[in-house]
Amino acid sequence: MPTAEATVTIVENPSGYSLPDSHRRYILWSILFGFAALAVGVFQGFAQGLNYAGINIFSNFPGMRTYYQGLTLHAVLNVFVFPFAAANGWLALTVARSLGRNLNGFLLALSFWLMVAGSLFAGYIIVVGKASVLYTFYPPLRAEWPFYFGVVLLVLSTWTISVAQLVALAGWKKEHPGERIPLLAFVSIATYVMWDIASMGAALEVLFLLLPWSLNLLPGSDPLLSRVLFWFTGHQIVYYWLLPLYVSWYTMIPRQVGGKLFSDTLARIAFILFIVLMPVGFHHQYVDPGVAGYFKWAAGILTFAIFFPSLLTAFSVMYALEMGGRARGGKGMLGWFWRIPWGDPSVSAQVLAMITFLPGGITGLMNASVDMNLLIHNTTFVPGHFHMTVGSAVALSYFGLAYWLIPYLTGRELWGKRLALLQSWLYFVGVLIFARGEISGGLLGMPRRTAISMINYAPLPGWKLAGALTAVGGSLMFVAAVLFFVVLAMTLLAGRKTRPVVDLPFTSTVLGAAPSGNQLILDKISYWVLLSLTLVALVYGPFLLTHIPPTLSAPPFMGY
Amino acid sequence: MEMLAEKLEKGYVWLSILVLVAFFAAIIYASVVLAVVVPGDSGQIVPKRGETLFAAVSRTKPFDQPGVHQTGPNSYDVVVLGQAWMFNPAAIELPVGAEVTFWGTSIDIDHGLYIPGTTVNIMLLPGQIGKQRYRFSRPGQYRIICHEYCGMLHHQMTGTLTVK
Ligand code: HEM
Ligand SMILES: [Cu+2]
Ligand SMILES: [Cu+2]
Repeated sequence: MPTAEATVTIVENPSGYSLPDSHRRYILWSILFGFAALAVGVFQGFAQGLNYAGINIFSNFPGMRTYYQGLTLHAVLNVFVFPFAAANGWLALTVARSLGRNLNGFLLALSFWLMVAGSLFAGYIIVVGKASVLYTFYPPLRAEWPFYFGVVLLVLSTWTISVAQLVALAGWKKEHPGERIPLLAFVSIATYVMWDIASMGAALEVLFLLLPWSLNLLPGSDPLLSRVLFWFTGHQIVYYWLLPLYVSWYTMIPRQVGGKLFSDTLARIAFILFIVLMPVGFHHQYVDPGVAGYFKWAAGILTFAIFFPSLLTAFSVMYALEMGGRARGGKGMLGWFWRIPWGDPSVSAQVLAMITFLPGGITGLMNASVDMNLLIHNTTFVPGHFHMTVGSAVALSYFGLAYWLIPYLTGRELWGKRLALLQSWLYFVGVLIFARGEISGGLLGMPRRTAISMINYAPLPGWKLAGALTAVGGSLMFVAAVLFFVVLAMTLLAGRKTRPVVDLPFTSTVLGAAPSGNQLILDKISYWVLLSLTLVALVYGPFLLTHIPPTLSAPPFMGY
Repeated sequence: MEMLAEKLEKGYVWLSILVLVAFFAAIIYASVVLAVVVPGDSGQIVPKRGETLFAAVSRTKPFDQPGVHQTGPNSYDVVVLGQAWMFNPAAIELPVGAEVTFWGTSIDIDHGLYIPGTTVNIMLLPGQIGKQRYRFSRPGQYRIICHEYCGMLHHQMTGTLTVK
């Protein structure tokens, strides 16, 4: 069915586009800042892995007062600062390139400095031990105000990029009336629009409940309402971590492996579904009292629905991989798989990341199953699950992305290609062992977020083996992450200067965008936003109506 | 290859939907037929003006009397208060086959009540009344664990439940 396809000149021909140096700098800095945060974060992760094997090294870290202080740092750096900063840089670049328009330079700079400031506020107060509230910061546990303030700045930094993207899109539309939004821009902007809505819950919570409370302006906190607002954001945030890598998997990987994206439409639909199926956060509260069945079942159903776009993604990505593998001589049912360019560290890291995402997604569905959740809620099953998603599908893909993106941004060749390859495999093996340990431990009742090396009762049967595997796998992940940072640092310092890389490796499609007809509605992002808000009102409305104004009766607690 | 791919795509999309629906049907089966249920909304304890949360909890039934209470030939209420960093009561004894209704809340911060090897898994939130049922059909020593982070000594907040 090869129909007419919408074409966008700038996409076919990059010669009319150039990225100003100042923009290039902020994009690079933003991504590097994210990686720097991750470097500190994985160090804590290493200590946490050992903890589960009964080995306590965290008490020896200078200034570390408790296990939980380090754990707070691990998560705030690894899942707030790192993915926010990296996405800010990466999806600013993709939008600018695919629209052929530069984003507003002031906003790029502002976003970067907000990110730095937010990290300093939150990081400082965690390091001095006055915010060991974990990254979920449930009241009545109370951190000192710089923690909440820092978190606000981090989120503002992401909103700034979203504004810059939307301004660029509006400008582009004026110059291209009636044209389809280029796919790469569409998926990048959709990611941020999804996040704009998703971040509202935590933003309201922090701005109106927690920050004023930490400044003693409110009489107390409302523990349940806070949890509800937090998890409204807290589930969708995982797509804000993930979708920037879906952008890479959909639009870059096909080209990198010598294939093509199967369908433009299918890709757009997947991203739209992430915007629409917004209110799923209650699935983190299956075992919370005070939340009625309606909310839990509604979230349960929508959670299964939101698994669907990831299944679509699996189809598109495998199609592209197969196409690439066959073009390189792969034969038979699975022969193509061995023929994709495994020697390219950018490809190997990202394909291995996709593979870990399979068990990652399946264990996610298990968590989401209302009944199953009773067995594993808040056990190590959960970190076992999400190190295969955010800890690997996202982190390892960002490593792979960096292997071409950093050379693109700096004009320096990747240093240590073989080391980079080794790095990706080591991380892959490490995370699988780690997850095997955590998941089996969780099924045996091993609690997460617990200084297991300091408990005052005998570990339950099976915990020792589970903990040992966690530590071994975690240590391999840690070593692999260190190797990544070596490659990154050496590329920046000693990578051979080459001719600048001309363009992003983005793919063409087998079935492209239709220039007219029904499909035009896909590009009407505002319609999807409205639909999303309607669903939010249906699921969250009844809860908020009955819980606002909040019951601010819980006094603060600082015993950490 | 394109035509084939389009066919495959359709098949794949339908298969995906089918699998997800089947999984969800299994959950509904477990909940309705096997009666595996998660906690719901059992009410809230709101302190009066000037009253502390602790005082409000202590005057609210059944939390005025933490512990094990027999309510029928084979049924028991187990009332548990979570507080930093202990369960009240910390040791519970029940006969084999006991049909138990757990009632739990917290007097300070979020805690959790989790018994590995069972489906007893509920958050203890300040001011929220948590309720969950479970039948202890196997004798033995069970470990009660606080599985929601509650500060410095969270890892030492545990208890035992003995079924004889
Ligand atoms: C060297 C690699 C890593 C190791 C060894 C590691 C280890 C761990 C361990 C053992 C836990 C569980 C701690 C507990 O429940 O007490 C944990 C929690 C966590 N990790 Fe990692 N991790 C690593 C990398 C990452 C990465 C790359 C990310 C995300 C990008 C990440 C995100 C998280 C988050 C969000 C938590 C939950 C924190 C909480 O429960 O408050 N980790 N990590
Ligand atoms: Cu979730
Ligand atoms: Cu606890």
